[in-house]
Amino acid sequence: MIPGPLAGPAAERIGLKHGAGGRAMRRLVEELFLPLGEPGPVDGVGLAAMDDGAALRVGDQWLIVTTDSHVVQPPFFPGGDIGRLSISGTVNDLAMMGCTEPLGLTCAVIVEEGFPRADLARIRDSMAAACAEAGVTVVTGDTKVMGKGELDGIALNTAGFGLTRRVVRDDGLRPGDRILVTGTVGDHGLAVLTRRRDLRIEGALSSDVAPLNGLVRAALAAGGDAVVAMKDPTRGGLASVLHEFAEKAKVGVLLDGPSVPVNAETAAAAEILGIDPLVVANEGKAVIGVRPEAVDRVLAALRGHPLGRRAAVVGTAIAERPGDVILDTGLGRRLLAEVEGEPLPRIC
Amino acid sequence: MGAADQAGELKFRDPARARALAEALAREVAAVGRPVEVMHVCGTHEQAIARFGLRAAFPRDLHVIMGPGCPVCVTDTPEVDEAVALAAAGARVCTYGDMLRLPGASRSLGDVQGEGGKVEVVYSVTQAVEIARARPAEEVVFFASGFETTAVATAAAILGGVPANFSVLSAHKYVPAAMEVVARLEDTKIEGYLAAGHAATITGWEIFVPFARATGSPVVVAGFEPLDVLAALLELVRLVREGRPEVANLYPRCVTREGNRPALEKLWKVFRVVDGDWRGIARVPSGNLELRPEWAAVDARRRFRIDTALVGGAAKNELADRCLCGLIMQARKDPSDCELFGKECRPEVPVGACMVSSEGACRIWHTYGGAPDLRGVGA
Repeated sequence: MIPGPLAGPAAERIGLKHGAGGRAMRRLVEELFLPLGEPGPVDGVGLAAMDDGAALRVGDQWLIVTTDSHVVQPPFFPGGDIGRLSISGTVNDLAMMGCTEPLGLTCAVIVEEGFPRADLARIRDSMAAACAEAGVTVVTGDTKVMGKGELDGIALNTAGFGLTRRVVRDDGLRPGDRILVTGTVGDHGLAVLTRRRDLRIEGALSSDVAPLNGLVRAALAAGGDAVVAMKDPTRGGLASVLHEFAEKAKVGVLLDGPSVPVNAETAAAAEILGIDPLVVANEGKAVIGVRPEAVDRVLAALRGHPLGRRAAVVGTAIAERPGDVILDTGLGRRLLAEVEGEPLPRIC
Repeated sequence: MGAADQAGELKFRDPARARALAEALAREVAAVGRPVEVMHVCGTHEQAIARFGLRAAFPRDLHVIMGPGCPVCVTDTPEVDEAVALAAAGARVCTYGDMLRLPGASRSLGDVQGEGGKVEVVYSVTQAVEIARARPAEEVVFFASGFETTAVATAAAILGGVPANFSVLSAHKYVPAAMEVVARLEDTKIEGYLAAGHAATITGWEIFVPFARATGSPVVVAGFEPLDVLAALLELVRLVREGRPEVANLYPRCVTREGNRPALEKLWKVFRVVDGDWRGIARVPSGNLELRPEWAAVDARRRFRIDTALVGGAAKNELADRCLCGLIMQARKDPSDCELFGKECRPEVPVGACMVSSEGACRIWHTYGGAPDLRGVGA
């Protein structure tokens, strides 16, 4: 038999949406990569959980491991750069699993031929500063150079690992639990986007990129076991995290739109571009699910930390409409649809 | 300060005022004593309604339907084919992003781009003119879409002077004509219309007076903030209840009786209305904006012999047969009535034009979670 042309998924090409943190990416990972995780760890969190990282049993503690690649364009943006991003992203993924004292990070750098050495040094300095903020060091690394045109400037991968006694998952919500964000949403994505030349938007937007392990440590110290879900709203933004919370815990989530903190500049840029800050990436924020009795304690602890001054309670888990996120706009209500992908490619 | 607070400062999104208007609207509809059906003809109105969840604040007896308010959606297949044919023949076709995935008979501009054709997304006609200046050796065609608002921008660019290698393939549409067609649909129960505030900024509100008289239906010109929409609906239902087929301007901060004179002068200096087929709706008398004969040199249709035979001839598409776009644009069906909505037909794989454009009813409903009744949830 003569083989026909490829049809269905096999003929499909990878699009930018497949890396955008939304539904398209989740489907790709589920269909293509999840088999790599089988069988999962006997005891712990493996690939199948699609959480921020893995949790493997080591004695009476958990070893948390996570990895993250960074390809942001432009590599230097208001409020940060690819170096700060690569350290913060991995430290934050560990923190979201409950590991706030990372043992170390790894760092792999892939650079395009012709990349200025001075820029590389600047990125290194920025990584060092972020490491100092997080109290972590890079313990091993790798460097590769690719030919001109084979890579767009620079790509950075970091992995992180550390121990924790309690793993915080993202499926722990039950009806009545409250949901907090640790500050303003949408800043990173819009700061990077407005730096792109073709849009020509000016303004004082600044990325929020920061390592959050100190902030999370404060929240966990205040809330203890009452902190039942954590996730950092990177690609896909707050909307994407709330959808994951709702789906994994089989609850509905009622989001009070007017309570969600948004910077004035970010709100203005989002309005001009027709982009909802709720679906835009953050790199220095956490979304935290808390049992109702602990919400005041956790909120106070967050607001007492320099990175959490604008923390707010923004939502409630409900028994109705499991898997759905309902947005109360203050003027009416609608379902908050999960975006197919981040509206802007290569933001982290 | 939250986003809502920001806009709240401007008072166009103030929840307390919105509640007061919604309550007044409920009283007005109750006073009519039967269900009232009204139509808006603008994707931006649908966006405001969907984005702010206003349907959850409307009284149950008020049905606010979206008519043919998306210029991209009503761009007809042969118009897309013309652009596809030009790109296939080697011209550089510049157009707005939404036009890329609009289906032609067999291919979209996005398909041509994927095959290596010179298709570029621009944010304005000015950008297309700049591209033409930067590439004097190429023929650059601006595939122009939009209602009279964007047509004015196209006209201004042409009047401002364009390089010799620049031309326009007009798919511009004229809103007032479409309202006439929808009002004459046989089984329509529409009792009043919201007119699009931005289009009326150009045309002025007086243009709707003959329409209101002829159809016996009031028209209210409305802005696009949530409070604009609520206030306009309140006025519209009041006019319906009182049986007054008049025009009210509830967007006076932008819209005047006679419109934007200089803009209109530019518009009619460059364009004239001609009959045109609107995808999914009908042949709309005076519905298309065509370049006037004296602008033949910049009119792609007169400048090139466009042969769409090579790009036409679609294979029968089983999904397209089940698509309700036409009925949705005629306001006879809701997006959620379509069995493809959100399943086979999604923004990344649109079946019909209404899912392609950010102004399309299906795309808007999909983006903002459809229109389930969420009034009592989590109470």
